[in-house]
Amino acid sequence: MLLTIRTTYEPATDLGYLLGKHPERFQTKSLAFGDAHVFYPEANEKACTAALLLEINSIKLQKNRNQQFSESFRLANYVNDRPYVASSFLSTAIAKVLGSALNGNCKDRPNLVDQAIPLEINLTSLPVRGGKEILHRLFEPLGYEVKAENSILDESFPEWGESPYYQVQLKINSPLRLVLSHLYVLIPALDNKKHYFVSEAEIQKLIEKGEEWLKDHPEKDMITKRYLRYRGSFVRSALDQLVNEEVSPQKITENQEEILEKPMNLHALRHQRVIEELKQLEVKSIIDLGCGSGKLLKQLVKERQFQKITGMDISYKSVEVAHKRLYLRDAGPKMKERVSLFHGSLTYCDQRLKGYDAAALVEVIEHLDEARLEALEKVVFQYAQPKVVAVTTPNRAYNVLFEGLPEGQLRHNDHRFEWTRAEFEEWANNVANNHGYTTQFFPLGPVDDNHGAPSQMVVFKLAE
Amino acid sequence: MNLEIPNLSLVALVGVSGSGKSTFAKQHFLSTEVVSSDFCRGLVSDDEMNQAASNDAFDLVHYITRKRLKRGLLTVVDATNLQEGGRKQLIEIAREQHVLPVAVVLNMPRKVCEERHQHRTDRPFGLHVIRHQYRALRRSISKLKREGFRKIYILDSEEEVNNAIVQRTKLYNDKRELTGPFDIIGDVHACIDELVILLRKLGYHIKEQSLDIDYGYAVEAPEGRTALFVGDLVDRGPASNKVLRLVMSMVKNGTALCIAGNHDAKLNKKLQGKNVNLKHGLAETLEQLSTEPESFVEEVKDFLDGLISHYVLDCGRLVVAHAGLREEMHGRASGAVRSFAMYGETTGEVDEFGLPVRINWAKEYRGKALVVYGHTPVLNAQFYNNTADIDTGCVFGGKLTALRYPERTFVSVNALRTYAEPGRPIQETTSDTTVDDGLLHIEDVLGRRTITTRMGRNVVIPEQNAVAALEVMSRFAIHPKWLVYLPPTMSPTAVSPLEQYLEHPKEAFSFYESRGQMQVVCQEKHMGSRAVVVIGKDEAAIEKHFGIKGEGIGTIYSRTGRAFFEDKVLEQEVLTHFQTALNNANFWEHFNTTWAVFDCELMPWSAKAQALLKDQYAAVGNAAKASLTKVESVLAKAKERGIDINGHLAKTQARKEAIEQYAEIYKAYCWPVETVEDFKLAPFHILATEGAVHTDQDHIWHMEQIHTICAHAPQILKATAFRLVDLTDEKSMEAAIQWWTDLTEGQGEGMVIKPYNYMVNDENGLVQPAIKCRGRAYLRMIYGPEYTLADNMKRLRKRRLGQKRRLALKEFSLGVEALERFVQKEPLSRVHECVFGILALESEAVDPAL
Repeated sequence: MLLTIRTTYEPATDLGYLLGKHPERFQTKSLAFGDAHVFYPEANEKACTAALLLEINSIKLQKNRNQQFSESFRLANYVNDRPYVASSFLSTAIAKVLGSALNGNCKDRPNLVDQAIPLEINLTSLPVRGGKEILHRLFEPLGYEVKAENSILDESFPEWGESPYYQVQLKINSPLRLVLSHLYVLIPALDNKKHYFVSEAEIQKLIEKGEEWLKDHPEKDMITKRYLRYRGSFVRSALDQLVNEEVSPQKITENQEEILEKPMNLHALRHQRVIEELKQLEVKSIIDLGCGSGKLLKQLVKERQFQKITGMDISYKSVEVAHKRLYLRDAGPKMKERVSLFHGSLTYCDQRLKGYDAAALVEVIEHLDEARLEALEKVVFQYAQPKVVAVTTPNRAYNVLFEGLPEGQLRHNDHRFEWTRAEFEEWANNVANNHGYTTQFFPLGPVDDNHGAPSQMVVFKLAE
Repeated sequence: MNLEIPNLSLVALVGVSGSGKSTFAKQHFLSTEVVSSDFCRGLVSDDEMNQAASNDAFDLVHYITRKRLKRGLLTVVDATNLQEGGRKQLIEIAREQHVLPVAVVLNMPRKVCEERHQHRTDRPFGLHVIRHQYRALRRSISKLKREGFRKIYILDSEEEVNNAIVQRTKLYNDKRELTGPFDIIGDVHACIDELVILLRKLGYHIKEQSLDIDYGYAVEAPEGRTALFVGDLVDRGPASNKVLRLVMSMVKNGTALCIAGNHDAKLNKKLQGKNVNLKHGLAETLEQLSTEPESFVEEVKDFLDGLISHYVLDCGRLVVAHAGLREEMHGRASGAVRSFAMYGETTGEVDEFGLPVRINWAKEYRGKALVVYGHTPVLNAQFYNNTADIDTGCVFGGKLTALRYPERTFVSVNALRTYAEPGRPIQETTSDTTVDDGLLHIEDVLGRRTITTRMGRNVVIPEQNAVAALEVMSRFAIHPKWLVYLPPTMSPTAVSPLEQYLEHPKEAFSFYESRGQMQVVCQEKHMGSRAVVVIGKDEAAIEKHFGIKGEGIGTIYSRTGRAFFEDKVLEQEVLTHFQTALNNANFWEHFNTTWAVFDCELMPWSAKAQALLKDQYAAVGNAAKASLTKVESVLAKAKERGIDINGHLAKTQARKEAIEQYAEIYKAYCWPVETVEDFKLAPFHILATEGAVHTDQDHIWHMEQIHTICAHAPQILKATAFRLVDLTDEKSMEAAIQWWTDLTEGQGEGMVIKPYNYMVNDENGLVQPAIKCRGRAYLRMIYGPEYTLADNMKRLRKRRLGQKRRLALKEFSLGVEALERFVQKEPLSRVHECVFGILALESEAVDPAL
């Protein structure tokens, strides 16, 4: 919310010319989300400090219905850090209030525009996603001397840990316009969120503002990715509304599982193995239960053997994504007859689950509480009763072999459980006994002598 | 001529073009009851006479007819209906929908039709067409009966048509107007002694008298009750004749109703002179009847012949059929309905005892009506999916059972001896699973649904809301068997005109006053997390009533149905404290129950909302303090230099102060939880116990009962402070306002104002069951630290409550309905439907600050 720029270039008051703001005046500009003030707490020949103070009104943000702000941002809670932190709002204010300085226009002191001058920048409460280290990695290659401090989040509750907000001081000898362009791009990149939708225009902005320096920055990939990211953290979807004050797993999911398993390409491997098995069993129709965004479906569709392919997922959003990925909207009638999707649940009996030769549950069961597996079991094996059911799930014993996975932790924070091979086999054999199926188990991925494969599969077959 | 037409039937008009079918239909039926082929031809082709569109047009006629009949509406098909093929399709539809097909033939003299035809300009065909149709009509008339029309009316002249009167008649099975109370009695099978004992146990006075008067019995029913026999009066047992005498006497004097069982039907067949197999006890029955005078046997014949196969009673809430009945057959009439009602559903397969395999229709039953039936002997009668099999095999040495309705209790007497051996061993119940298998069906929750509640409200759940709730329910909620209730949302007060306050008790008082509620109960509002507690006297009680085994003495779940405690051991510890208090307060005896459901607040807030506190509340406080301190110093420096900073320093100081207050308030709701006694549980509603939903008790009752319980476990249970306020008494109101002020100037969240009674209806419908009034300080956590600044207050004063209040009423109705259904032992799907509805409504996008 507060940015100060101090210089000891002499005469220091030339800073007023560079910024196009008179050092003796308190100037205010009204912006869509609040007011921006520019004033000088210090202005003499030796040193001059300009302050850009941003007053964001979160209640105004809430009540303002016809703004360019994204719906999700508007619906965010009134209790919001935005009014108090340096965020993409500050970048917008730099562009709107200090635009000429940012673009290197200065009628009165044109020579100063490209001249390196000693500058000291202070930012209050800068949210840094990823910790202090990121701050150094982003600013130091550009020549800054970086100082950053943060405090305990709440002194009454030391167990809550440190604050994610830093009080930052940057020192550099550089033309002012460059510094402003650094701030413009790096503040939202550090925060890793934006208050507006990221559109094509945003890429253009990044190219413009970062023209001179971004291509040589060692962290340019991270900067670009973060800058262009519109993070869903503000998203108050219907789901979030429901889980309200409880921790929503979606919210905290950085998909660790994918990162862990990526090197061995386990994801593709699992799909490949499931398809191989199903092909052998001369299955003609198949339903992918928990199809997610449709990765397995895409593979299944390629196989001529499968005449009817259906995907189901509990997440309505995933079903929509899968629909897009499979280009179903504009598909011809034969394709539509062959491939279909629906939103449903594995804990409710559903007519639409019936009539398939095979069902696949790839990495699905571990996302349900163990207490609800009984319902899943009845729905799939007793009610829908496909001839073949392929189920895959992680092998917990293998977790010790993953680097970067703390001991005792599961691979994904939505996993309700992860089973060892023995536990998996016990469950599967029990299900098979209850419902007249036979079982066959397969390791998925490279097999370790002691811990087995990272993932495991069982193929159930309905006894004749 | 009087045309008697059953009020649910398919009426086919038959007649040549120009015979006046449409005019007749218009005269005697609602325009919406008539489906015309011409009209449908127009719909699909823009031309009512376009014969090429006939196939599509008839598809449409049939489609509409099916939909109407399925919904229980009489339908008249206005087409010539001269082709046998076309009529066959209508008969088929009538059978499939279990309604009676009726034919009304307009057999006008040919001259009349030809004359009419020549005057019409909209019929582009020649007279020869009429001639053809005439021939077809001749052939048709003689065939109608054979084709399956159950009533056929032929109007032979204009005069007959003009004088025709359509009289709608009730079906024989329609006894909706009889509301009971009933004593429904299972298969008697000639066991006269047990029947007399059972009836006496139920309070009937039975006197034997001369055989000539009312078949030898005089029966008086207790306080307006009616006995209702589910059939199979005869065969196998010792005295079919006596049972017939007693039942016929009761039916004659109006103390009983009786429906036909398969054994009764078979006896009837025999008496009608048909050739039937004498096995399964019929031979003995005939022997017993041979001792009776001829005249009595004649009357038996009439009695049996007049028995119908099922009754729909009590406004459609109760259905009685000998072998049970699927929902789509209730109140319908067809051969299939009669056959199902008497014999049940079979597939033709036989079991190892050579008896037909019966399909367990009750397993899939999802209907609203309670279906009571017999036919299949079981060891014990019990409710299953809103059905009850009350044949407890008296004749096989079991029991004779009655179901008291609406009490829903079973009364049995043991057989005095075994009179016959069953063809196959008697099962525990009709189903393979003894209780609800706990499986829910997606159609019970998805799509746009309308839920009818006891309070007479229909609550509509929009489809998109159900979609959002499905994932939460499937992936995050605990087992649906636990979820017998979810708390409704609550609206705050209207905006206060007082400058300093957004919410103030006065607004709640004047709201209730405007709805005629002059007494309200104010309760302290605890700042924790809403929690529903299900608790049993022991694990066995939970297993018996909730069908959940091995999960302890109960559970605690959040307002979205999630487990409150991830740590099961901790949960059970909290519950054990609660249970001890209930034991010591003699709660179980007092309420005559072994389980209870409480609506509570569980503190501290930080226990559940740790993440929210850290990531949002503490984070905002931390960022704000650091920033505002810096802003203050920078502004002060500028001011020192003589810059006119436009009052911004004072403004910043005010903001800083607001932040300090904000940080104080959230801290008040946080404390570390190390042992179970760090939790505080504050119950405020005793929602339900065995047989009772306590919404008929006022809030003072709830509070007092709860205070008694809390006194027994003060370490963990927190009694809620409350007061009764008289809205006609200024002093009483002022004192309440002062109380609220004191609470909220401390660290209290505020209070909840409720009408004296739990549920209040007035001429404008249901009154808000509660209104919250939050304190000035607490609202900083809702509207942000700086909401009290003048500009902000001005904006916030524009808030609207309409949507929130509508939601509150809907969710409240559903919550009570869910509990009622649970207490009435309705099937899981019926309870779940309501609970799911509440969750779905909660996904509605309303201002989360309300």
